[in-house]
Amino acid sequence: MNIDKNLYTLKYSPDTESHLVPVKEDCKLCVSRCCTYICPAGVYEWNEEKQELIINYENCLECGACRVACEKQSLKWEYPKGTKGVTFKQG
Amino acid sequence: MINREEKKTDVIVVGAGPAGIACGITLARAGKEVVIIERGLFAGSKNVFGGAIYTHSVKELFPNFETEAPLERRTVEHNYAILGEKDATTISYKKDGNGSYSIIRAKFDRWMADEAKKAGAYLVEETVVRELIVENGKVIGVRTELEEYFADIVVLADGVNSLLARQIGLRKDIETKDVALSVKEVIKLDKDIINQRFNIKDDEGAIVEIFGGPMLGMLGLGFMYTNTDSVTIGLGVTLNELVKANYRPFELLEQLKNHPKIAPLIEGGTLKEYSAHMIPEGGYKKIPKLVSDGVMVVGDAAMLVNNLHWEGTNLALISGKLAGETAIEALDDKDFSKKSLSRYEKKLNQSFVMKDMKTYKDLFDVMHVRKKAFLDYYLRKVNAFFEMFTSADGVPKRENYWKFIKSIFTDRGIIELFKDVFAIIKLVWSILV
Ligand SMILES: Cc1cc2nc3c(=O)[nH]c(=O)nc-3n(C[C@H](O)[C@H](O)[C@H](O)COP(=O)(O)OP(=O)(O)OC[C@H]3O[C@@H](n4cnc5c(N)ncnc54)[C@H](O)[C@@H]3O)c2cc1C
Ligand code: SF4
Ligand code: SF4
Repeated sequence: MNIDKNLYTLKYSPDTESHLVPVKEDCKLCVSRCCTYICPAGVYEWNEEKQELIINYENCLECGACRVACEKQSLKWEYPKGTKGVTFKQG
Repeated sequence: MINREEKKTDVIVVGAGPAGIACGITLARAGKEVVIIERGLFAGSKNVFGGAIYTHSVKELFPNFETEAPLERRTVEHNYAILGEKDATTISYKKDGNGSYSIIRAKFDRWMADEAKKAGAYLVEETVVRELIVENGKVIGVRTELEEYFADIVVLADGVNSLLARQIGLRKDIETKDVALSVKEVIKLDKDIINQRFNIKDDEGAIVEIFGGPMLGMLGLGFMYTNTDSVTIGLGVTLNELVKANYRPFELLEQLKNHPKIAPLIEGGTLKEYSAHMIPEGGYKKIPKLVSDGVMVVGDAAMLVNNLHWEGTNLALISGKLAGETAIEALDDKDFSKKSLSRYEKKLNQSFVMKDMKTYKDLFDVMHVRKKAFLDYYLRKVNAFFEMFTSADGVPKRENYWKFIKSIFTDRGIIELFKDVFAIIKLVWSILV
């Protein structure tokens, strides 16, 4: 299932830099890479070739699940700046 | 050196959700100077819930909300749907008791925040508090992206993630088993179609609590709410289950939407908004330290949620109000120590908030251990019973009954059955006594 059609319903004001910063070395050794499937916005994808995460941070719903679930407990996670990120019109 | 006195106020509240606004408006009404800092574009713009707000608690803060606030529908029916893979058993309770209303958070939180402003609270939006300022072990203010603000008391109403409570050690990091991740869709449908499908009138609303279905065997619950011209459907599953099972939450939701019991209710609708949010699930045992010098924690940041009943906004509102009342006393006494603020904890213990948290203190422990029984096997069995009961297939009824009873013993085994019964007795005991 492609999540993009769901994300189109949202209003985003993306920042120019990511508020989600994983520790690259940890991700290489990570067994589950659970961030790539638990994220409700499909923000993380694993790039096999480069051996690193692709982070579509501009799609983030700011739920915090990836921070709590990170296998290595090392994902640097903060809220986007006050003027940035997602805006829910329904909630 | 910044002039602290110039940038100092009585109380800073971090977060303009129900907990923060309740705290802020309580202080403002008492004539105290209070600044509420909210990271969203407006109050409510980052907030997601089911959901319904509960009349009793909202009235304590906003006595006239039923005529003034942006409400969707007044709940008149509660449905409990037990889903098998392809079948379902539903229990329905109907009574127009004014007990709750469905609302849209982006509208309702904003309205509450406006009321707080009218009462004299300052609302600073589009501003993230990055850090608490601590001096000699006492919280004296907050650091945002741009500025520092100082206050006698800081109230943390920053929601489930509460990075701030964690920063000052009031709580440890959340574990994946103590939080549920929830995804939801608001689906646009004609008012008349909603009325027809849910058997309600224009302003009336229905709630569906959903067990099983795609969540069979997992610690998860689904929900549906009717809004004026849309229907909300969502589910929340404990995060450790999602991690373990390699599930994408939105795929579970898609399965739920396709279940034969649910699909006809949303057929022909268009997706208005998709969203996600976490729900605290640790219960009483995971409540963090609620006070320290110069600081109190309220609402989801304090893990005050009653999951079984989808109650959170009411616990948030009342905890915020009690923290506000405590702050008023502390300001009058000019004593912002932990000891002085611990009156908040006492008030909370005397209220339904902490009493309900205590009532369900063992619920999740039992559910984590026995979920294969209570959230899989018996849910299927309820449906299997009705399948048997409703069938007219030429098999004599008595034979069917005995087959059904025997199947429980052979499927579960005597020892597991005994454990199930024991767990139920223990749980019911812990709830009642
Ligand atoms: C899917 C789902 C369904 C639910 N259904 C129901 C229901 O039907 N009924 C019910 O009563 N409850 C329900 N709940 C629970 C309810 O939503 C919460 O308990 C309630 O919103 C908690 O209120 P709060 O004010 O503590 O936190 P929140 O509502 O989360 O508000 C926190 C606020 O703080 C802001 N914030 C956070 N960090 C910062 C920072 N660093 N700086 C500035 N601002 C910050 C956020 O933007 C937000 O506005 C549900 C929850 C979920 C997730
Ligand atoms: S779970 Fe954590 S360590 Fe593993 S890939 Fe994701 S961010 Fe990296
Ligand atoms: S915060 Fe939530 S939406 Fe954002 S990347 Fe993490 S899991 Fe995905």
